[in-house]
Amino acid sequence: MSTAENNTAPVDNRGKRKRGKIKGRVVDPNALLEIRALLKGESFAKDYLIEHLHKIQDKFGYLSAPHLVALAAEMKLATTEVYEVASFYHHFDVVKENDTPPPALTIRVCESVSCEMAGAETLISSLENALGDTVRVQRVPCIGRCDKAPAAVVGQHTVDNATTVSVQSIVESGHTRQPDPTDTIHFDSYRDAGGYSLLEKLLAGDTSAETIIKALDNTALRGLGGAGFPVGRKWSILSSQAAPRMMAVNIDEGEPGTFKDRFYMLKDPHRFLEGMLIAANVIDIKQCYIYVRDEYPSVITTLKTAIKDLVKLQFDLPDIQIRRGAGAYICGEESAMIESIEGRRGMPRLRPPYVAEVGLFGRPTLEHNCETLWWIRDVIEKGSDWFDSQGRHGRKGLRSFSVSGRVKNPGVHLAPAGITMRELIDEYCGGMLDGHKFYGYFPGGASGGILPASLGDIPLDFDTLQPHGCFIGSAAIIVLSNRDSAKKAALNAMKFFAHESCGQCTPCRVGTEKAAGLMTEEQWDIDALNDLATVMIDASICGLGQAAPNPMLSVIKYFPQELGLPENT
Amino acid sequence: MAANPEALPQPVKFTLDGVEIEARPGETIINAAKRTGTDIPHLCYSENLRPDGNCRACVVEIEGERVLAPSCVRKPTPGMVVHTKNERARKSQKLVLELLIGDMPETSYKLDNELTDWAEKLNVTAPRFQTRQQPAADLSHPAIAVNMDACIQCTRCLRACRETQVNDVIGLAKRGHHAEIVFDIADDLGQSSCVACGECVAACPTGALSNATGAQQIAADKTVDSVCPYCGVGCLLTYHVKNEKIVRVEGRDGPANFSRLCVKGRYGFDYVAHPNRLTKPLIRKTGIEKGLNEHFDPADPSKMFREASWEEAMSLAVDGLKAIRDSSGSNALAGFGSAKGSNEEAYLFQKLVRAGFGTNNVDHCTRLCHASSVVALLEGLGSGAVSNQIDDVANAEVIVVIGSNPTTNHPVAATFMKNAIKQGKKLILMDPRRTDIARHAEYFLQFKPDTDVALLNSILQVIVEDGLTDHDFIQNRTSDYEALKANVADFTPEKMAPITGIPAQTIREVAHLYATSKGSMIFWGMGVSQHTHGTDNARCLIALSMITGQIGRPGTGLHPLRGQNNVQGASDAGLIPMVFPDYQRVDNPQIHAKFENYWNASLDNKPGLTVVEIMHAALDDKIKGMYVMGENPAMSDPNLNHARAALAALDHLVVQDIFLTETCAFADVILPASGWAEKDGTVTNTDRRVQLGKAAVPLPGEARQDLWIIRDIGQGLGLDWNYQQVSEVYEEMRGAMPSIAGISWDRLSEHGSVTYPCNDEQDPGQPVVFKQDFPTENGRARLVPAQYMTANELPDDNYPFVLMTGRQLEHWHTGSMTRRTDVLDAIEPVPIVSINHQDLQDIGVGAGDEITVSSRRGEITAFARSDSGLNRGELFIPFCYHEAAANLLTTDALDPFGKIPEFKYCAVTIKAG
Repeated sequence: MSTAENNTAPVDNRGKRKRGKIKGRVVDPNALLEIRALLKGESFAKDYLIEHLHKIQDKFGYLSAPHLVALAAEMKLATTEVYEVASFYHHFDVVKENDTPPPALTIRVCESVSCEMAGAETLISSLENALGDTVRVQRVPCIGRCDKAPAAVVGQHTVDNATTVSVQSIVESGHTRQPDPTDTIHFDSYRDAGGYSLLEKLLAGDTSAETIIKALDNTALRGLGGAGFPVGRKWSILSSQAAPRMMAVNIDEGEPGTFKDRFYMLKDPHRFLEGMLIAANVIDIKQCYIYVRDEYPSVITTLKTAIKDLVKLQFDLPDIQIRRGAGAYICGEESAMIESIEGRRGMPRLRPPYVAEVGLFGRPTLEHNCETLWWIRDVIEKGSDWFDSQGRHGRKGLRSFSVSGRVKNPGVHLAPAGITMRELIDEYCGGMLDGHKFYGYFPGGASGGILPASLGDIPLDFDTLQPHGCFIGSAAIIVLSNRDSAKKAALNAMKFFAHESCGQCTPCRVGTEKAAGLMTEEQWDIDALNDLATVMIDASICGLGQAAPNPMLSVIKYFPQELGLPENT
Repeated sequence: MAANPEALPQPVKFTLDGVEIEARPGETIINAAKRTGTDIPHLCYSENLRPDGNCRACVVEIEGERVLAPSCVRKPTPGMVVHTKNERARKSQKLVLELLIGDMPETSYKLDNELTDWAEKLNVTAPRFQTRQQPAADLSHPAIAVNMDACIQCTRCLRACRETQVNDVIGLAKRGHHAEIVFDIADDLGQSSCVACGECVAACPTGALSNATGAQQIAADKTVDSVCPYCGVGCLLTYHVKNEKIVRVEGRDGPANFSRLCVKGRYGFDYVAHPNRLTKPLIRKTGIEKGLNEHFDPADPSKMFREASWEEAMSLAVDGLKAIRDSSGSNALAGFGSAKGSNEEAYLFQKLVRAGFGTNNVDHCTRLCHASSVVALLEGLGSGAVSNQIDDVANAEVIVVIGSNPTTNHPVAATFMKNAIKQGKKLILMDPRRTDIARHAEYFLQFKPDTDVALLNSILQVIVEDGLTDHDFIQNRTSDYEALKANVADFTPEKMAPITGIPAQTIREVAHLYATSKGSMIFWGMGVSQHTHGTDNARCLIALSMITGQIGRPGTGLHPLRGQNNVQGASDAGLIPMVFPDYQRVDNPQIHAKFENYWNASLDNKPGLTVVEIMHAALDDKIKGMYVMGENPAMSDPNLNHARAALAALDHLVVQDIFLTETCAFADVILPASGWAEKDGTVTNTDRRVQLGKAAVPLPGEARQDLWIIRDIGQGLGLDWNYQQVSEVYEEMRGAMPSIAGISWDRLSEHGSVTYPCNDEQDPGQPVVFKQDFPTENGRARLVPAQYMTANELPDDNYPFVLMTGRQLEHWHTGSMTRRTDVLDAIEPVPIVSINHQDLQDIGVGAGDEITVSSRRGEITAFARSDSGLNRGELFIPFCYHEAAANLLTTDALDPFGKIPEFKYCAVTIKAG
């Protein structure tokens, strides 16, 4: 203790910086000015947090700590709350005092299943060697260009069938903006060809909500995002919930192997919007949120143009907002997407209550994959018979298959539901690539499991693959050949899930990481992996954790020879 | 409640592990199971936190459901069939534990590690998975060790920080297996905004967040339930004692705190074991001058004092007091009792001064605190205590906080306010400083210092003019409304805006919000009371609640937040010059006669002098001798150069304390006394809760119990006092206090905490008062108009800054306790002056550099702290640093009614260095 000389201050060098200010970080006045200028006129409601973080990242190239603190103060959020969200999404770069900001240009190279099969690893090392430190080469999970694997993105400019040379030339050209698509059906063309007449009928009272729901009930149209919930039934449930009701449209298409949503949104966005507006009218929804993954900037610009054109309809439209994802596959899960729209981390909610009862902002919410809404017009206009009769092998309806891998013609193939893999390859995909023999396939993206060629004659549809431990999900098909390893593909899938796990629950957060570790070993510890599968399937909060073991279990069951095990273990 | 009993929520019959049981309405599966004897493993679930369902250790099988369900979140439905320990459920439960335990460090950071306990119970051993790369420890904070190698990402700490205490420091950043608990923007804990409330440590199941001392790895010899010694919230706690020393403190579930604590209560317990504890009686060495001079050294009393036996010291003490009493008269003596001692000590002390000295010159630090509030309340409502308890914020719609910084001075109370705000209640904060709680405020009125009456009168004006008054309430329950109404007529928001700095529109909105809500509560503190017109300020607050009928029912009322842990009790026990216990006036003939009879003593019937008046009288040689117990006026009084001179002028000063405080520098005799953790006694918190504290550790050296020292001085003065038990004193006190008539010592021993008024043993205690009438002569509240007057010493060219003094979270008042605790002093080790950064720039002082502040009365040098919560031209200095005592600067101008000094406003100037 110091002696009590009451007028002289003690000599004390302890923590001068610390004693000079109040605890924690203080708002930097310059940072605050920058934030205010950048976000002038914007709402500071909490759900705009991710939108505002995008603005800061877009303008400054990263999120500096002072900017985060200033933003938190303006939005009346805790600093740590802003940091939680900023650090959750991989498209944000948080830069603190001792960090180096990222280089001005980032090249993202996809390393998911189809791209790995097409040589992503080689591309990545080659690019890392070729390009200097002025460019950042980043490994990313599936960006929805599997049919053009390997895929890379220079800034925002996608490079299909990327090579070191083609990527470098884009870098040198400086063209980092994604060129707009040229074959979009815009409003006038859509309308001239009969578009929006169903919506007009509905609004004029020439058909009713009840009629439409009944029509949907009569068809086999089920959710096309992966869960496959019957559409008519979903609309009935929502109609019985208390107003106000919300709509949340899922264009977060992130399942490795899937790219159909991008395809449809760029080609024929109004067909989707008409379906959305019909749903909004039938269920009396006044607020629609469209969530688009950040890897699809051209979808956002296309939709923005399309939505602007809707004013030509001269109807009262619901409020339509587009929200940008920020690099998180889990936001394709409906409740995580809703969390993200609310400006939070994409952490799936515990169910019950279900999204139809308590969804966006606590309100009953209709959640749909965009392709499901895209089909509404056709299904209603052409009738349930038309749709249902298009199936094969006793199945009903049509399916947009995203096909990638070892086929001659990868791409989106609209085919009868129930078609088999062999039929799909032969009739739609031009057959296997020369020199490749059909070996196996992912029937439903990374989460749907892997089937061997010996099971290449099963009808591909909802409910048909479950007996084999797989599912069709979003109909994302990746075709493996005798030059591929199912074991390697399964490891790629498990690493993907570990990368994308939100981290909320133990089975998935820890399970995917431990499983990936075990699967990296030459010898798989089958018992331990089976146990991990059990706890992940039985006790995870959401579908990511529940489905993550599927490829691994498929390899054990269907490709035991790759594990050095006798067949039929 | 529903009139129709069938509409009441029903219990739910369901099957648990093959047995049909009944869940209470709203009960989760895990709680129904626990209640009926089945313990389901769980980690992220904790009873006093919102269930999160993330760890999945508690998953159970619900028949018909595809996947397992978290039993901590799910509620049974009729007929549900649940299996908590069948093969399927157990397998996943055990795998969850296996996944987590594989990543744990070798040794546990706490004894009762919930993860290892459950793993043991369920026989989970030898994890098969590769351990993760362990994060480095963060040991940057003096109170809390961060060892994330033991973290299981259960987020209990996060919920404790963000939802319970609402300090908003902890986040869960990144995702997947990179998900990590962070502080602010992943800052070191010691650099973060963490206030070390320790709620996270209490919540953490594995010790990833634990006491930096390692105390949680030590098994206590015993635990003792007691009350926190610091502030008026009155948190209940439990001392963990090992080898007769307190090794740690845990929060206990009390009605005022629900197991919550703040940094002081949780980590500020080691002062009682500090080497500077007084352990022997001391007598001033002859010839050594009184004062804070080179002979004064709290670490070495021998420079100024010699050790003496208790006999000698007590003789000297008593004889000195007797001599003055007998030669100069009783009123030449005065006593300062303690707001930090027990009720029993306060009662006996004032009885000693009155019956032993023969004077009413007895007072304590309430004089420096809420004296003006209490005068206004007694005048207006007939009672000085709060009308509604802090937890009533849950029932309010609007919470007004004026001149109070609750997150700093009543931290746990502030957590309940923050909880209420998160539930949708609206906070109206009025303070010249932007304090921490402002970020939660619906309205934050940063008004100019000292313009409270202008501000409040303008709100009153709007309420009157816009017809927002509660006409019936005014008619039936108040008097003198017309005078009030006439007085405020001129205080329009437009006229007051330039004076207060608050836009007229804001005043109107605030007035409407307050008046029309279903329940509006007003909390206030030193910003209101420590002014020369503090009584007027409080009169306006009273008027506000009276004319809108916002009193006398739950979620309404007036709550002056009492500072010390026992200032309410000390005041109630009569440690005040004008009244006996329970505010019965000394100059009321019936009361006077009653107490003369009760105490069997002849008593003075004129109100005595108050604290600052006593200082003036000492300097005037009117008061020659004093007995000071557990008070430190040489640091807490205003205008310290003057007050210290007054203390030095005394012929005889007896000081009874646990440390050699600054006041001891002026003492003739020093008596080493008992710390709070060393005594049994009752204390009364700000909510009118009488609570029982118990001794946890023995007295050091030859220190004695305060209570028995007082008794023995009484005996020395000729009083026939033979008290042997603390309960005896309590019961005698209760006999003099109708307010606590129903709270016997036995009842307190059993229940620990009882609210007064409590009329009899069956009365559970009344949390809300003034329901029917007020304890005034005519049962009505008296409305008293207030004029707008400025403070006593306004800034001018020579002294252009306004100084506001106050406190800090980590330090208690004059610092005698908290500067001697390891953790608290480590967090805030040096004196600071809070100032706006532009004012700093103007005089060329950098944040953290030395700055000198002077007033007409004194000068101090401290370190400058940049604080954007202050407007330009305003300074804030905490008064806890003896090396830079803020009260050297303050004025002793008094409020004429409350006699409280104007700590919150005087004129100063600043310079670099």
